[in-house]
Formats: sequence, structure tokens, C-alpha cells
Amino acid sequence: MDMYMENILDHYKDPHNKGSLKDPHIKNKEKNPSCGDVIEVTAIVNKDKRIIDVKFDGYGCAISQAAISMVTDDVKGKTTKEILKMKKHDILNLLGIDIVPMRIKCVMLGLRVLQRGILKFEGKNHKEIILSDME
Amino acid sequence: MIMFNTNNIKKDFPILKRKVNNKQLIYLDNAATSQKPLQVINAVANYYKTSNANIHRSIHKLGEEATIIYEEAHKTVAKFINAKSWREIVFTKNTTESLNLIAYSLTCTFNKGDEIIISREEHHSNFVPWQQCAKIHGLKLKIVDIKKDGTIDLDHLKLLLTKKTRLVSVAHISNVLGTVNNIKIIAEIVHKNKSILCVDAAQSVPHMLVDVQDLDCDFICFSGHKMLAPTGIGVLYGKKNLLEKMPPFLFGGGMIKEVKDNESTWTDLPWKFEAGTPNIAGAVGLNAAVKYLQKLGMKNVFRHTSVLTRYALKQLQKQKDIVIYSKNPYTVLSFNIKNIHAHDVVSILDKEGIALRAGHHCAQPLIEYLNTEATVRLSPYIYNTKHDIDILIKALDKVRKVFA
Repeated sequence: MDMYMENILDHYKDPHNKGSLKDPHIKNKEKNPSCGDVIEVTAIVNKDKRIIDVKFDGYGCAISQAAISMVTDDVKGKTTKEILKMKKHDILNLLGIDIVPMRIKCVMLGLRVLQRGILKFEGKNHKEIILSDME
Repeated sequence: MIMFNTNNIKKDFPILKRKVNNKQLIYLDNAATSQKPLQVINAVANYYKTSNANIHRSIHKLGEEATIIYEEAHKTVAKFINAKSWREIVFTKNTTESLNLIAYSLTCTFNKGDEIIISREEHHSNFVPWQQCAKIHGLKLKIVDIKKDGTIDLDHLKLLLTKKTRLVSVAHISNVLGTVNNIKIIAEIVHKNKSILCVDAAQSVPHMLVDVQDLDCDFICFSGHKMLAPTGIGVLYGKKNLLEKMPPFLFGGGMIKEVKDNESTWTDLPWKFEAGTPNIAGAVGLNAAVKYLQKLGMKNVFRHTSVLTRYALKQLQKQKDIVIYSKNPYTVLSFNIKNIHAHDVVSILDKEGIALRAGHHCAQPLIEYLNTEATVRLSPYIYNTKHDIDILIKALDKVRKVFA
């Protein structure tokens, strides 16, 4: 399936949940130095550690920005534990496209920013946990 | 003069016949690596089929043949860049290894507080080795600015030079902008200050006549794979008196004269810097690649790639939504389509069978200076035509359509 499908371009041109939340529980900003893509995620969780609101801000290629737009839609109502379990195939299912290996990093950037934000929020050393983009 | 016939040249490159995404491949990523002609592929295959053996110490016939072939490659390269002696030619893995060799070895002979100057437009391979060696030995690293046209600011260079400046290391051609630095003048300035000049010639030797005696640079580094040869073979040229004074970079077999329990002595140039079994087949391929280019004539090669680059520049300048970063490009051209990320541009072009590069091109300090995150880079070579550029320009409309 084409990488630049209608749904991808729709999310890129008109992103969902764009912006930033006030007093968020989760806040993380990262840059992919190899292409300059930047994503910041802010999120609010309830007592059950369910995401009740999430927003993203950033800039970069169509793939990275469309992917995080879809991810923010998808994770609303999910628990942090469920989100930490999400992997490459979950994102590809969400996007509904095939991605050439060299662009996997673009697809995964947003989810990884959110996941490392969750790890920070839960007081775990997010730097020590290696999340492989290929899984 | 042999006429430059691209149609005939194309026939020598089997890969150019292949299709990518059902489209005829148009390869415009030559600044990253060039394709290989049959003459090179066959030379490597024949070496393995007929003469494969280890060099120097094998007394049998195959060993003798391999040794001769390997030395011959040094001589071919020496003639190609007009070195005084083939012993000034050291084979390495690539430009990066050549630059690391010089950086590690030479800075061992520097004193704390000595200074090194590099430029703003260096590839990471001519940036990071000096930066890191400066840290190890307590040296000062200075960065010379570039002018608006993309060339090194010579007035700034003169300002930066001091009595403590031991070495200046700069690119001959920028791998992002495609601008040519006047190495002859830079060498005069640097030598007047009694400093050493090292040149990253990775983007120039594949395209133009580089005469090391005429340029009077002390070191020149380049890669075989960007000039039709296989990957894994690179060149370091150094003036003999400098190479002789430098300590070896790698120790081991092939580079020693005598080994005692606590002391060793080194063998002659260039072997002092070629420890271990080298890339013999790579050298065979490089030998064939140089001969292929010599047959075309380097003046013709330079004319061809610079005419194509200028043609691309002219076509891109006609389009209102294109930002061009190269002001005076000869072999490489960097641009962006406004509001479309370089990676998206290149992904869509790939669907059309067109191979270009997008990113920071291993020159992050320059990309930051250009105030962007990534650029699209096109880099033609001997087998490309104006028709290839026309197809690329047309394909840019497809990119725009996707994002319309």
C-alpha cells in the first residue's frame, strides 16, 4: 500500500489533537537528529492510569506527523501499561500502509516519545529502557 | 580527445538497466556512492578467479602476482593524482579512515595548546576526528566560516591562523553545496603560516583532475567507491617527509621491520600505514576504476558533471516553490520544496524510480548554518544525462500533487 495514502495526507494536513495541554501529567519532547523531526507529547491520566486527554506538537515529515496524529486518537482511553506494550505492527495497522525500512523511525517517533514520557511519569529510568523501532 | 558518449558509458553499468518500482532507474545519488562499470566488476572477479593470494610474504606464484597487482594499484593512483612517488599513496578503507589515520597519528606529535582549523562546511568525517583528537591532546579547534557563495572565507582563515596553528583541514568540494574551494590559494596561505594542509577530496577526485603537486597540499583523502571502484578501498596521499615522521595508526602484521619483546621498528612507506591483510580485491577494482576514468579524461568528466549540475540548477531556479542552498554548484546540488520535508520528497521520487538523497548529509554543523533540518541532494555522474534531470523536474510535480 502506498505510503502517501489519502488518510495519511489527511492527518498530515489536518492533524488531530494538535497543541499542548496545561499542567499535564506526562510531558516529553524529542528530536530525531537524523531528519530533524521534533515531537512533543502532553497527556493527562486518571486514577486508573488511563489517558483521558493527549495532545502533540511538532514538525517534520508527513509520515512522522501523520503517525503521531493517529496515535493520539488511538491511545485515548488506553492505560499507560497498554500503551507501553504497543509495537511497530500496532502502528502500521493504525496507518494501514507499508513503510520502507528507512522510514520506520519516522513512523515510530511519536509513539516512542509518548512511551518514554510515560516511563518518566512513572519514575522509571527511561534512558535505560531501550525501545527498538524494529519491533 | 575521446568524445564523451553517455549512451556508450551507460552500457558499461549493468545496474542502470534495472527497474525500480516498475520505472527505469535514474540514479542521481552519486555523491553518496557511484555505480560500478563492468570493467571494475570483471577486474575484481578475475582477480579472485585467477590470482587470489595474500601479498608481500607469500613466496609462491599466486602470492607474487597478488603483490605485483596490489603495488601496481598504488602506482596507478600515484600517477592519477600526480604524486611524486607511489610510496606516498596509502590504501585505507575510505576517506573517513584516511582522515582518522592522519588525525590520530599527526596529533600525537602536537603539543598541548596547539591549534587546528577546520571549516563550517566539513563532512562529519573531517570534523569529528579533529574535534575528538583535540580533546585527547588538549588542542584548540577553530572553525573557519564560509561565505555566501559556499566557499571558505579566506579572510577569516587568515584571521584564525596563529603561530600555534599546526594544521588546517578542509573539503575540496562541499558534499552538500557542491562548491569548489580554491585549494591552491588555501595551501599558499596555510604554508605561509608554516602549517600543514589536509584536504578532504572525497567529492573532488571522482570528478576533476586533482594534481597534488600543483595544489601543493600536504595530505589528500578520498574514497574509491565514489569513483567507480568497490566499497572498502580508500586513499590517503601524504607528502613523504610528513608520512615518514608520523607514528603508525594501526599496528600488526605487514607494517613492521623487526619485533623484539619491548620494541618494534616500522617498515617502509606506504606499508607502515597498512597493517594487516589489506583489501587487495578493492585495490584491483580501484586500479580498474582509475583507468576507466583516465580513458574518459578527467577534464571531460568535470565538464560533463558540472554542465549537468548547472542545467539542474537552471531548471530548479525556474520553479517558485524551490529553495536552493547551492549558490555556485559543480558536482552536487542541494534544495528543498517549500513546506515539504526532504524525506517526503525523496520517498515519492523513489516511487518514480529516481534515487536522490535527503537528510543532513553527515554535515550537521553546515545544515544548522543553512537554517534547515534536511535538504534534497542531487549529484550526477558520468552516466547521467539532461534527460534524467528533465524526468526529475517533471517528477517534482508529482510530489506537489501529493501534498496539494
